Amino acid sequence: MDKDQIGVRTKQEQRRQLWLQIKQNKEAYLMLAPFMIVFTIFTIIPVIMSLPIGLTDFDMVKYPPTWVGLSNFYNLFLNDSIFIKAIRVTLVFAVFTGPLSYFLSFMLAWLINELNQTLKVIFTLIFYAPSMASGVYAVWQLIFSGDSYGIANSTLMNLGITTSAIQWLTDSKYILTVVIIVQLWVSMGAGFLAMRAGFQNIDKAQYEAGAIEGIKNRWQELIYITIPGMGPSLMFAAVMQIVSAFTADIVARNLVGFPSTDYAAHTIMTHAFDYGWIRYEMGYASAICMILFIAMYLANKLISGLLGKYMD
Amino acid sequence: MSQTSAQAKQKTDPRRLKASNRRAGRKIGGSIAIFLFLLILGLFMVLPIWLMIVNSIKPVNEMFIFPPKWYTLNPTLDNFKDTYRVLGQMWVPFSRYVFNSIFVTVAVTVLQCVFASMAAFCLAKVKFPGNKLINAIIVLALLYNSNVIYLMQYMVMAELNMINRMSALILPSVASSMGLYLMRQSMTSVPDAMIEAAKVDGANLFTICWRIVIPNQKPALMTMAIFAFQGAWNITGGSVVYDESLKTLPTVIQQAASAGISRQGVTMAAAVILFVPPVLFFILAQSQVMETMAHSGIKD
Repeated sequence: MDKDQIGVRTKQEQRRQLWLQIKQNKEAYLMLAPFMIVFTIFTIIPVIMSLPIGLTDFDMVKYPPTWVGLSNFYNLFLNDSIFIKAIRVTLVFAVFTGPLSYFLSFMLAWLINELNQTLKVIFTLIFYAPSMASGVYAVWQLIFSGDSYGIANSTLMNLGITTSAIQWLTDSKYILTVVIIVQLWVSMGAGFLAMRAGFQNIDKAQYEAGAIEGIKNRWQELIYITIPGMGPSLMFAAVMQIVSAFTADIVARNLVGFPSTDYAAHTIMTHAFDYGWIRYEMGYASAICMILFIAMYLANKLISGLLGKYMD
Repeated sequence: MSQTSAQAKQKTDPRRLKASNRRAGRKIGGSIAIFLFLLILGLFMVLPIWLMIVNSIKPVNEMFIFPPKWYTLNPTLDNFKDTYRVLGQMWVPFSRYVFNSIFVTVAVTVLQCVFASMAAFCLAKVKFPGNKLINAIIVLALLYNSNVIYLMQYMVMAELNMINRMSALILPSVASSMGLYLMRQSMTSVPDAMIEAAKVDGANLFTICWRIVIPNQKPALMTMAIFAFQGAWNITGGSVVYDESLKTLPTVIQQAASAGISRQGVTMAAAVILFVPPVLFFILAQSQVMETMAHSGIKD
C-alpha cells in the first residue's frame, strides 16, 4: 500500500495499521481457513508435540517421558558408530541420487516437451510409472535375485561375463550400487512431474517472440526463455529432491532387507526406523530425525541461495 | 539478441518466418534423436513394470525355469483369481473394500485440490499480514520428517474421537503441504496485472481465484491431483482404523498377497491391481492438461 507516506510510526499506530490490513484482507483469510485449520490440527500440532521428544527417553509405555537433555545427541555422535556409518551412507546416497536425478528429471521433462502431444503423455507416463508402482520391489528382488534364476545373474551368465551368480542383495560390495540404481529408477517422481507442469505452463507466444528476437536453437531457447520462466517449478523440484534423497530408506529396506549386510545400505532414516519402530526408543529416534531435519534445512537454504534469483 | 539478424530474417520470407516462429531452429532429425534417446531410457524404466505384469499372468510352472523368460505364451489369470479368492474369504464382502477405497480417494483428492488451490492463491498473490510466516511454515513442514509424528497424529485423533472412523483415513491427508507448495510455486507466475484488472472489474478474490487463476493453472492443478490421488489410493490406515468394514483395498490386498499360495505370482498380481487405478487417473489428468493448453494464454 502507500509505503512512501509512512514515516516513523509509534507502536500504537503500527498495531492499528496491522489491524486495518487484517480487516482488509479478511477474504484472503477466509479462503486460507479450510486448509490452515486442517493443516494445523494434523500437521502443525503433531510436529510441535514431537519437537521435545528428542530430548527425552521415551519408550511409548512410560508416560510422561523422562527428560534427558542433550544426552541422545551426545550418544549419537560419540557412542554410536553405526550412526556415523549411516551418515556416510546417506551422504553417498544423497550425492549420487539427488543431483543426478534432479538433472535427469529436468533433461527428460525438457526433451519430452519437444515431442508431440500424444507422445508427451506416453513418455511422461513411462518415466513417472515407477513412482506409482508401490509394490514393485518384488520385481527388483527378482531381477537382482542372488541365484541363477535372477534376471541380472542369468543375463550376465548367458553372455559369459560371469560364471557364477553374484549375491547382489547380500554382498556388501554391491548393495549400495544396487540400491542407488533402484532409487534412481523411482526418482522421476514429484519433482519430474512438477517440471513437466512447469514446461507446459510457459506461454507459447514467448517462443514465437524469441524466434523473432533471433533465438536460433533449442539450447538458447532453454536458457533465455524456458529456465527463467519456470524458476518456481525448479525450486519445488529441488525441495522434493532434497527430501527424497535425504530420507531414502524404503527402497533399501524393501530391497536388501533390514538390517543390510555390514550396514551397507543403512541410511540415517533406516537408523531412525530401527530405533523408533523396532526398539521403541522414540526419544533416540526423534533425535536422529531432528539431525536429519537440520541437514535438510541447510541443504534447502543452500539450494534456494543458488536458485535465489528465481524466488520471490 | 542481435537485432540485425532478426530484421534480416523478417525481410527474407514471411512464410519461412512463420514456420520458424513455431519451432525455432527445430530440425526433424533432432526430434527423432530425442525420441530415440527417450525410447532407450524409457525401456529401462518400463522393464521392471513389464516384468511385474508378465509375472502376474505367468502360470506357476513357468515361474522357475532357467533362464527366466521375459514373456509368457500361456497367460493365465490364476494369480488374480487366487488373490480374489483370499479376499472373498474375509469377513466383509469384497465390494465394501472397493467402496471404501474409492470413497477415501475421491474425498481426499477433491478436498485437497479445493483447499490447497484457494490457500495457494492467497499465499502467492495476496499480500496480507502473516503471508511470509505461513509460506515459511509450509516449506519447513515439507522438510520435517519425524517418525514420532504419526504417534502424535494418533494422539490428536484420539483426542478428537476420530479413531476407527472414516474421517481418520481422510482428514490427515487433506491438507498436504506438498500440494500447497506446488500450487503456490506455479501461481507466482500469474501476472499481477491480470488480478488487478479483475479487481477493477469488481470481482472479489474468490471469483478471481476460481474463474481466472485456476483455469489457467491446469498443469499444476492436474499434477497436484495426480499426487493426491496416488497418495490417497495407497492409504492403508492400519493403525487408526481396525474395523474390517472400514479397511481399504491396499490394506487387504497386501494381507492377501502375504497369505497367498504361489507367493510370487500373487504378490505380482496384487501389485498390478494396485498399480492400475493411479495409471488410469494419470492418463485422464494428463490429457486434461493437453486440452487446456491449446487455448490458454496469459500475457504479461
